[in-house]
Amino acid sequence: MMAHLTTNVRWALVGVAGVLLLATLVVWLIAATHRDKDYSELKLRTRSWWVMIGIFAGAMLLSPLASVVFFAFVSFLALKEYLSLIPTRRADRRVLFWAYLAIPIHYYWVATGWYGMFIIFIPVYMFLLLPLRMVIIGETEGFLRAAGTLHWGMMTTVFSLSHMAFLLVLPADKNPAGAGAGLMLYLVFLTQFNDVAQYTWGKLLGKHKVIPKVSPKKTWEGLIGGNLTTLGLAVLIAPYLTPFSLYEAAGAGLIIGVFGFIGDVTISALKRDLGVKDSGSLLPGHGGILDRIDSLTYTAPLFFHYVYFLHY
Amino acid sequence: MHSFLRFLFFLVIVRPLALIVIGLNVRHRARLPKAGPALIVANHNSHLDTLVLISLFPLHQLPHIRPVAAVDYFLRNRLLAWFALNVIGIVPLQREIKASAGDPLAAASAALQQGAILILFPEGSRGEPERLSRFKSGVAHLAKRHPQVPVVPIFLHGLGKSLPKGEALLVPFFCDVFVGETLPWNGDKQAWMSALDGAMQALASEGKFAVWE
Repeated sequence: MMAHLTTNVRWALVGVAGVLLLATLVVWLIAATHRDKDYSELKLRTRSWWVMIGIFAGAMLLSPLASVVFFAFVSFLALKEYLSLIPTRRADRRVLFWAYLAIPIHYYWVATGWYGMFIIFIPVYMFLLLPLRMVIIGETEGFLRAAGTLHWGMMTTVFSLSHMAFLLVLPADKNPAGAGAGLMLYLVFLTQFNDVAQYTWGKLLGKHKVIPKVSPKKTWEGLIGGNLTTLGLAVLIAPYLTPFSLYEAAGAGLIIGVFGFIGDVTISALKRDLGVKDSGSLLPGHGGILDRIDSLTYTAPLFFHYVYFLHY
Repeated sequence: MHSFLRFLFFLVIVRPLALIVIGLNVRHRARLPKAGPALIVANHNSHLDTLVLISLFPLHQLPHIRPVAAVDYFLRNRLLAWFALNVIGIVPLQREIKASAGDPLAAASAALQQGAILILFPEGSRGEPERLSRFKSGVAHLAKRHPQVPVVPIFLHGLGKSLPKGEALLVPFFCDVFVGETLPWNGDKQAWMSALDGAMQALASEGKFAVWE
């Protein structure tokens, strides 16, 4: 059942499991030696990581189609969380239904590898269709806000994220080391790793705030330290999963490091605007699904087009 | 046979609907009663309310969980009546109180005596979606008759957005379920009703809900 994954990708999955196991042991050790402090949040967080990575890796092992379905489901959860957070209009119930319906259709283009349709379906067709549906209903009060917020949500939670899935259907022969799955794993792993690295460097050395108005805990020390760590790891693992040269891998690491940060603070700005701390409660210890995939909303499309331009 | 159908309906249709299509944010789950008899009191915005409340409990408790529902609505035709009585497992309640009809709470009382976890919507109707309307005092009569039965208030939000009254199209939203602390009977109907109102308002104020108009 794993013939569709290259040997390198299978080993990479073992590596991910190893990193997670190591992290779990560290958390367990810290909690056992510092009994005076409460580490239940950290433990919950680790347990959620196991569940998320378990489902993610399970889908990868099963088949490329299973992975595409998995990403479609992530988009569904993210869009649902977004639409539950933001103000919506009662009149738009049917419009929102169409927005949800766009998810399976969009991911169908992904599954069949129809690049032309994939790249215009949401930015062009859904962009035009949803306001049209609103106009037919005829409620004009709050029209611009409703159409604008819905499109932003579609672009963020469906279009942007689906680039992870489209990496899977790219022609395998251009990347003998890892094929599409290798690129996807490289992107997702480094993006999540970068989140943790920036957080850790910030905790260790953080002093100077980057954007206190949006996210007061983000520091230059965390940003730079995290970026450099991600850059190093990106260069290190690129030969096993990607077709990148040394410099291309450094570029990819930089894109993931910098724009992972931007994706993170963009969702922070959204939450601050709405006055909520977490986007939801789906993932104990993390918050909502948007809290987890925030960085990917930027890194997925940017990384995809970087690879696409250089190698496909 | 009917209990198997009911089990199947909740396992195959209701649980995936509640947990995957809609998605629940449950706060204070530990406050749910572990066994009957108990009285769950919730606000009412949607047909989904009953299904979601039932799906909060583990499936092995399903036979004991009985929603109280209006006779004039759910028993209005034979097919719906069969479904409501056998699959949803309702305890029928007469909303119009007629002197000749006898004790309107007899069926609910009997169910509690048999150890049921009873679900009751004291607003009496789904009403305007996502608006808390005044609780009717029938619930106080029931609490007074069964002072030893724990009453657990639950505040629901969002299900009225997903499937409001008069709509047939379900639109997914994450929904909030805030479980309150057990409300003991305090001997006085009016004082108890205002305590219940207060508990519901306090639960409602725990959440921050997106504007929906």
